[in-house]
Amino acid sequence: MSNTITFTIDGVEVTGQSGQTIMEAADAAGIYIPRLCALEELAPHGSCRVCTVMVNGRPQAACTQPIAEGMVVENETEQLLAIRRDIIDMLFVEGNHFCMFCEKSGNCELQALAYRFGIAAPRFPYLFPKRDIDATHPDIFIDRNRCILCGRCVRASRDIDGKNVFEFVGRGFDKRVAVNAEANLADTDAAVTDEAVNVCPTGALLKKRVGYAIPVGQRKYDHKPIGSDIEKK
Amino acid sequence: MSETLASAIREIAQACGNDRSRMMDIVEAVQAKFGCVSSEAMDLIAKQVSTHRVEVESVVSFYAFLSEQPKGKVVIRLCDDIIDEMKGSESVAEAFRQELGIDFGQTTPDGVITLEKTPCIGMCDQAPAALINNEVITYLSGDMAREIVRKLKKDPDPKKLIGRLGDGNNAHDLVRSMVHNNIRLAGEVVFSTMASGAGLKNALAMTPQEVIRDVKTARLRGRGGAGFPTGMKWDFTRQAPGDKKYVLCNADEGEPGTFKDRVILTEKADMMFEGMAVAGYAIGADTGVVYLRGEYAYLRALLEDALAKRRNAGLLGNDVMGKKGFRFDIRIQMGAGAYICGEETALISSCEGLRGDPKNRPPFPAQKGYLGCPTVVNNVETFCKVARILEHGPGWFAKMGSEGSSGTKLLSISGDCAKPGVYEVPFGIKVREVLDLCGAEDTAAVQVGGPSGQMIGMNQFGDPICYEHLATGGSVMVFNSSRDVLKIARKFMEFFVEESCGFCTPCRVGNVLLKEKLDDIINGKGAAGDLDYLESLGATVKAASRCGLGQTSPNPIVTTIKNFRSAYEAKIKAPAEEGLQPTFDIHAALSTAESIAGRKSVHT
Ligand SMILES: Cc1cc2nc3c(=O)[nH]c(=O)nc-3n(C[C@H](O)[C@H](O)[C@H](O)COP(=O)(O)O)c2cc1C
Ligand code: SF4
Ligand code: SF4
Ligand code: FES
Ligand code: FES
Repeated sequence: MSNTITFTIDGVEVTGQSGQTIMEAADAAGIYIPRLCALEELAPHGSCRVCTVMVNGRPQAACTQPIAEGMVVENETEQLLAIRRDIIDMLFVEGNHFCMFCEKSGNCELQALAYRFGIAAPRFPYLFPKRDIDATHPDIFIDRNRCILCGRCVRASRDIDGKNVFEFVGRGFDKRVAVNAEANLADTDAAVTDEAVNVCPTGALLKKRVGYAIPVGQRKYDHKPIGSDIEKK
Repeated sequence: MSETLASAIREIAQACGNDRSRMMDIVEAVQAKFGCVSSEAMDLIAKQVSTHRVEVESVVSFYAFLSEQPKGKVVIRLCDDIIDEMKGSESVAEAFRQELGIDFGQTTPDGVITLEKTPCIGMCDQAPAALINNEVITYLSGDMAREIVRKLKKDPDPKKLIGRLGDGNNAHDLVRSMVHNNIRLAGEVVFSTMASGAGLKNALAMTPQEVIRDVKTARLRGRGGAGFPTGMKWDFTRQAPGDKKYVLCNADEGEPGTFKDRVILTEKADMMFEGMAVAGYAIGADTGVVYLRGEYAYLRALLEDALAKRRNAGLLGNDVMGKKGFRFDIRIQMGAGAYICGEETALISSCEGLRGDPKNRPPFPAQKGYLGCPTVVNNVETFCKVARILEHGPGWFAKMGSEGSSGTKLLSISGDCAKPGVYEVPFGIKVREVLDLCGAEDTAAVQVGGPSGQMIGMNQFGDPICYEHLATGGSVMVFNSSRDVLKIARKFMEFFVEESCGFCTPCRVGNVLLKEKLDDIINGKGAAGDLDYLESLGATVKAASRCGLGQTSPNPIVTTIKNFRSAYEAKIKAPAEEGLQPTFDIHAALSTAESIAGRKSVHT
């Protein structure tokens, strides 16, 4: 078939369809590439950079880079693991993540990635930013201390819910998620049924009154590391 | 809801066709008229162009020259870059502070004057410099700053501050600025005379493919820094499917230490426009856009005038130079204070009325650029070169310069030298020759290519300036032996922290971490292992960042560690005994707890 593309990931031959990204082709082949901003149902964002792979010797984001015939992709090398560990560390120190009190613990993709990478404590100093919480909405709350600026809520609200409830404001280290109102989520048309509320990888955007409902031991990442579902394929 | 605001916004938006993609023009006009884009204004704009309020906020909050909070009628923006600091901007800053009774980032209680700092405004050859609204004030001193404040308090019209006018078009009625061109060395290509239309006429006598072939034969590479072959870029864009294509001119000139485009825009805008028209013909575009950095707003009227003259002469518009069916015109898009908008995909985002976030590649601009159409983005100087190549032929151009880098290059030279200014030199010139030309003495370090380039020491002064060795978009900053390279590196890191768009993790967070560690070292709290830390962290940021900003932002640290390692080692303490961290200050760490407890710690 003419639109079949063959390439390698860490020496293993992978076949994909033209138009696929490296991540999509890898997923289909049962090879896990770590990710935080990417989510199957959303357009790729390319912001977290956890999915950085080497493509013919050059770093690229697997979630945005299309596959090409004969391309040589490296995924699990010492160098790439170090880069990814650094990025995960950065995400921890740039926010305020107290996993032991967080409702998302055990179901959090950031935490699960840290476990997968064997990170006990970040190697960078904590930056302790001052960030706002928005609990004005009756059913949803935002704790920006845990936001990793992945843009999933922005994309889901815009592209799936058709609402544009969330958008980024500010730039650089001061960049943050804002809502489509002067200040409060309560003044937007956000609803608990929005897909945007389901996509946050961390505990930054959560539904009220359902926290800690799943007992420890039955949470998403209690037994198997993140990525296992893909590797099992 | 205030009536005047509502009706003004209605008018402004209507003048932009209520077009959401013209958001930059809309918010800039509102900012100019009301001193801010208030929360109320955001609601009104959103309604007017049928978008969401948060989208407007997203744009306003991105650009340094736009603000939700009201600013004074007069905004003083003092350049606080390294060159200005070397030329005494600290005493100017102090004078402004004292005379105004406010600090940077504040507005006088009467709401008239706001005081701010800003990165390089492209006046490094006449530093210290400041922008007062759109007026440029050069060669500042503490006394001048005091005088300026006194005058502004009497009459808050910055235009009245302009004393002696600069040379050339700086004295033009449409400019009336005190900026000097400082053209120190005129070369054959840009700073020589060219008749309007001489290049375009030859281009129109050829097929578009032949024009591209000539640009390729001349081996022209982009002058904005990356050095991508221009002909190849045009070829991709020409071949990309699409009826509508665009030519964008990158006049964002934000790399600290670069000011050569400023001089081209002042004296050779016509040549640049001609190059854009040639590009339009070659790729099949009918529209060009010049993205002009907000700092150069003082040149806008002159540029509009130059465009009008070309229209009148039939060099723009329908059937350009009598060529049936070739239509091309150019508009100017103002930036609003964001270095990242010089990155070509961020520039496109900004032209589209969005935050200046770079875009994911692929697709590349040649495939899908401005408004989703195939787009060529080239630097101001690149377009000038195109016009001359078409005038004199590719052979004439290719003879100049070096093997891999043909032609001349405009260098912006500043810092510790007798003759800062713009030099048009052939590529391949050695650093030492450049230092001789500009009258530099006792030079210890040269920053080639701006903060994103490299800091070199004496052992590299014999190296040639060209894409294969020392690449530069034009910035050459000279430092003598009295300067502290670590402090220079810190200044550059502060710049990148300030200017990161914040989209991707390594650049947003990594640069802050790099800068903090460098701070520690400069403050005498460096520890063994810190250089490894900086190098490995720098490598992560360079490898994993999404665009050229993050991919080069660790360079101030990485290249000074490489070339000035002893300067770091002198600052770093030997490891303390018994594995204690020498950098840990237990007294400082306990001070808050001590004050809460109301007693001293027993620790000695
Ligand atoms: C952070 C950043 C800032 C840039 N700033 C400028 C600039 O101010 N002017 C410019 O011409 N190119 C700038 N560039 C390079 C552009 O992305 C692009 O390569 C260039 O405009 C292409 O034109 P050229 O091929 O004619 O050089 C910048 C790149 C980056 C990554
Ligand atoms: S709130 Fe959650 S989904 Fe939204 S950007 Fe932050 S981390 Fe991502
Ligand atoms: S490298 Fe920096 S400037 Fe570029 S996308 Fe990432 S955060 Fe933005
Ligand atoms: S998953 Fe690719 S950049 Fe986030
Ligand atoms: S104008 Fe101040 S450094 Fe360029």
